[in-house]
Amino acid sequence: MATLGELAKLIRSKNAGPFNLTFDIMFEEEETYRRVINSGAITREIFGQIYNLPEETILLVHHDAARAIKISIPRPCYSADLDDADCYGGQQYGPLVEIEIL
Amino acid sequence: MTESRVLSPCGVLGSGFPESSLERGLLMGPHALVCDGGSTDMGPASLGTGVPHFSRAATKRDLRLLLLARAKLEIPLIIGSCGTAGSSKGLSWMREICLDISREEGLAFNLALVHSEQNKEYLKKRMSEGRIIPLDPAPVLTEKTIDSSAHIVGMMGDEPISEALGQKADVVLAGRASDTSIFACVPLRMGADRGLSWHAAKILECGAACAVTRKRPDGIFARIRDDHFIIEPLDPEMRCTPQSVASHTLYENADPFHIVEPGGVLDTTKSAYSAEDERAVCVRGSAYQIADSYSVKLEGAELAGYQSVIVGGVRDPYILRQLDSWLSGMRTGFAERAREIFPDEDGDPNYHLVIRVYGRDAVMGPLEPLAKEIPHEVGLLFEIMANDQESARALASTLSHFAVHYPIPEWSGLISGIAFPFAPAEMDKGPVYRFNINHIVYPDDPYEMFPIKYEEAGF
Repeated sequence: MATLGELAKLIRSKNAGPFNLTFDIMFEEEETYRRVINSGAITREIFGQIYNLPEETILLVHHDAARAIKISIPRPCYSADLDDADCYGGQQYGPLVEIEIL
Repeated sequence: MTESRVLSPCGVLGSGFPESSLERGLLMGPHALVCDGGSTDMGPASLGTGVPHFSRAATKRDLRLLLLARAKLEIPLIIGSCGTAGSSKGLSWMREICLDISREEGLAFNLALVHSEQNKEYLKKRMSEGRIIPLDPAPVLTEKTIDSSAHIVGMMGDEPISEALGQKADVVLAGRASDTSIFACVPLRMGADRGLSWHAAKILECGAACAVTRKRPDGIFARIRDDHFIIEPLDPEMRCTPQSVASHTLYENADPFHIVEPGGVLDTTKSAYSAEDERAVCVRGSAYQIADSYSVKLEGAELAGYQSVIVGGVRDPYILRQLDSWLSGMRTGFAERAREIFPDEDGDPNYHLVIRVYGRDAVMGPLEPLAKEIPHEVGLLFEIMANDQESARALASTLSHFAVHYPIPEWSGLISGIAFPFAPAEMDKGPVYRFNINHIVYPDDPYEMFPIKYEEAGF
């Protein structure tokens, strides 16, 4: 067992424009990248459970050349809108860091 | 083999770059110097107010080096999204800096200003024709939204910039432009492959961000050839790898394989990345699908109101275990108090109160899975917004007093339940703007929304 944070070389979130958020989980080694995908720990369903979002709003892609898992969602509130507290969207990945990977 | 070469000195003008990197890049014989000047990252304030994110001094330092380099090589210099948001105010701010430098350095050049701020009547006309449609997600767009916007800009493609270069402009200052279009422009004019040009542009737009470890804002260089392009950082200590370059299409894009531009879609599904040497990467196979209809993305910002804020902290375990009910009781009680202060307003006083609980769920709000846990200490941020600053401040000073003494059942007698780090506890934040448009327009052609003005600098 290891955490996603231990296996990834970078986990980040960021605005994709003011209306969408995107999460990148990037790996140094091909083997680690495959291990995380094959573990089934990072899927739209699980992401939706963690972030309390309906699955159909979540876009998840595997980018083999970048050895990255990428997830995009609509922002719950638009960047810098009155209820928003993360203008750049840079601190939304926290709950992903400690996900356990088999 | 034809080759077009583009130098990108840094991710955003004003962020700085080492002179040594620029000098090294100039020896590589670029056909154009191109730099992005803006972003929506910092929020809607720049678009709303016209005030750029970076200072005049920081921007002037970077622009001076680029104008001098341009003069030396006699190649075009293109700056996109001037003044952060690309509004007319931002564009004229950049023009002034540019003309100052021209005078100070004795530089003469043909200057083109490509405007992107949109005429509201034009937009209403296009809307009534059904030629403005929402992206997903988007706020509702009505004529009222257009009227209440402080500024609306359109995001130009490469065509208006190319038009300016065709009219012999040496320096093109563009309003809001897609980050990629400013970089794709010169290769496309030289007849380079569309897919490779747009993909190289996507990588160039963030400067050295696609290098393995970016030490500081720095530059990058692209060579676009017949069936591939080569990307290389300007700092000899930095390097790109196939993975680092491939990863860059992830950055700030919802979909890394399909990147939408005004005139089409860059498709990187079949892109192949390989090491050219230990610092440079070769990319092949990128495609570009021309869209059926040309579309221009709009960005708008409107004034939401004026804000005053209060920062405080709570350490009392009894308050912390009932924090939500304490805050909601406080919110209700404060509303009654506000009605006493502003009794003349119709109905309820017009204010908007946001209370953020740092240490619990302030950062992630509705996305926070651990919102139910009780921390030993929290930070509170009260944001109160009203129609003018005086009212916001009046409400904030009442709120800080009301909140600090708001009771809980466990304690009898007057409590002081919030630790304020500042005195006075209230701070005026000024006007607050919000993004209010996420739509595209179908214009008749790529030029009609982006008028160009030409002038001679320093002649």
